[in-house]
Amino acid sequence: MDEINNLFNGFAVALTLPNIAYMLIGITLGVLIGVLPGLGGANGIAILLPLTFSMNPTSAIIMLSCIYWGALFGGAITSILFNIPGEPWSVATTFDGYPMAQQGKAAQALTAAFTSSFIGAFFAVALITFLAPVLAKFALNFGPAEYFAVQLLTFCSFVGMSKEPPAKVIVSMMLGFALAAVGMDTVTGQLRMTYGFPVLLKGFDFLIAVIGLFGIGEILLTMEEGLAFKGKSAKLNPKVVWETWKTLPQYWLTFLRSTAIGCWMGITPGGATPASFMSYGIAQRMSKDPESFGKGQIEGVLAPETAAHAAGTSALLPMLTLGIPGSPTAAVLLGGLMIWGLQPGPMLFVEHKDFVWGLIASMYLGNIVGLLVVLTTVPYWAAFLRIPFSVIAPVIVVICAIGAYTVHSAMFDVVMMMVFGLVGYLFKKLKYPMAPMVLALVLGDMAEASFRQSMLMSQGSLSIFWSNGLVGGIFALAMLMLVWPLVGGIVGALRGKAAP
Amino acid sequence: MTTPHDSPEQEEASAGATLTRGPELVVGLIIMGLAGMVITDSMRVGIGWGDEGPQAGYFPFYIGLILLAASGTVVVTTLLKWGKSQAVFATREELVPVFQMLVPMVIYVVAMVFLGIYLPSAILIGYFMRHHGKFAWPPSLGVSIGVPLTFFLVFEKWFLVPLPKGPIENMLGF
Repeated sequence: MDEINNLFNGFAVALTLPNIAYMLIGITLGVLIGVLPGLGGANGIAILLPLTFSMNPTSAIIMLSCIYWGALFGGAITSILFNIPGEPWSVATTFDGYPMAQQGKAAQALTAAFTSSFIGAFFAVALITFLAPVLAKFALNFGPAEYFAVQLLTFCSFVGMSKEPPAKVIVSMMLGFALAAVGMDTVTGQLRMTYGFPVLLKGFDFLIAVIGLFGIGEILLTMEEGLAFKGKSAKLNPKVVWETWKTLPQYWLTFLRSTAIGCWMGITPGGATPASFMSYGIAQRMSKDPESFGKGQIEGVLAPETAAHAAGTSALLPMLTLGIPGSPTAAVLLGGLMIWGLQPGPMLFVEHKDFVWGLIASMYLGNIVGLLVVLTTVPYWAAFLRIPFSVIAPVIVVICAIGAYTVHSAMFDVVMMMVFGLVGYLFKKLKYPMAPMVLALVLGDMAEASFRQSMLMSQGSLSIFWSNGLVGGIFALAMLMLVWPLVGGIVGALRGKAAP
Repeated sequence: MTTPHDSPEQEEASAGATLTRGPELVVGLIIMGLAGMVITDSMRVGIGWGDEGPQAGYFPFYIGLILLAASGTVVVTTLLKWGKSQAVFATREELVPVFQMLVPMVIYVVAMVFLGIYLPSAILIGYFMRHHGKFAWPPSLGVSIGVPLTFFLVFEKWFLVPLPKGPIENMLGF
């Protein structure tokens, strides 16, 4: 077993004292980011990315990915204790988590949430361990046409899987591509859409977009809701944790189902948020007692948390193997890889074995560390939420501004961050999804390059996309994902006719 | 493709509430305008086949076309449902705090261009704590000076990442 061997080497890389320290720092920062409104996994990592430029890439990604795990854990704390989802993916956790807290079962709900997050992530990491090397080996044969087809598949599945109207998903995505095209064309050296402004030469950085869209936009939305924190306090003692753990094995089917949903939604870029909702909905439908959901049913906490964490983790699989991120946070980590001089994609598994397996090993360790940290420190995090929003809001604005500035040490980026913040607010209110825009902004140059190379190879004929079985298959799958809502509609209509 | 998002958002449009259809139309039209810019600029740099293969506008041109079609769909569906749509974008009670946040933020960013990051940050935090949080002077001053000072130590001293500085920092010799 090559993978096991590699994994043990990875543990050797991850288990050094500095790396464990970075893990702890990352988890702690991550939980903090997850608890605070306006700071999330994606923009939190984007803000901290410039601080890691001088670090060794393996340590840097261990710290940043641990921030991600921490943020996933942290989202659950605010959902359960305060009915405020700290992160979009923990919205579904509030449905049953907050009622449980009101019934005095906050400790059980938190234990259930943390444990199921851990289980979801653990299965997803195991999946990455065994699937990633296979996928990477397979992807080594990819040419530009195959790469473009995979990128097309990513974007088509966004259109097909989103809850938002397809037209708006496409608008958001195409805006991302258009923004990515601004600046100097890398092939011809011509200037595109700069209109004579020198600041536009470098184009738009997606890190700025992430900080604005998710940070400033979120602050504006939170202001609108007029936050008043009225929360439950919680103490976790080992006895409650143990008692709750004893009840969990009977929900093995829920865990299994939610993990499967999460992994699927993470690899195809559905993301953690839809995964958590889907998992909650299915758990409710499959339950013997669907009425009890929304009133403090523990399964209603287990299902979304397992799926969200599984999705968040497995989103790193396509990022590592194909260089295609499955979520905005994975996109930010991908940006980090490029900044540290590592080209994401299949060659990473050949040329930077230490890095890849160190990262995978750190995912196992990071989640164990994360579980221990959150189980022992919950009351302190809840205290953070008692700080009034009138203090937290301006401080987060300052943090976002610093984060935007430090990416390129440019004032223009801070101004753009504000613009993206306003766009984020409007998009959220008008139900435009933001993830496709971020992913298109990240992948835009790559997608364009692979498309142009394919066209060069075929002398401008689109037929290259069905010139062999592999590329044709991916291309057909992409088209299927694009029209998926239509297929679903037709199947639904036929069923409706069949059943009177 | 029509948009299947006619969710039952038929909330009562209370007095002073902004309906969704207005911002929806404006955003749609702005994006159509952006699409037009993408298309025309792509045509300027060339959308055809040059000596070295596809020209610079080859790819963005089609992006612009799809963007135009998609935003056009949004605009047309909004117009078609104009009379029926009563979905509320935000009430006045919701919009006021948003602007109370947005306006100081814009001023903050503009001030940052001239004064560096530290002084505007202190003023922003102090303003919010005094004005919205109704804090007394001592805690307001403490936090508004303490937070930028912490960032100064973390970024400039510990991580050696320079942040924007203005005339005041220059006077102090940084």
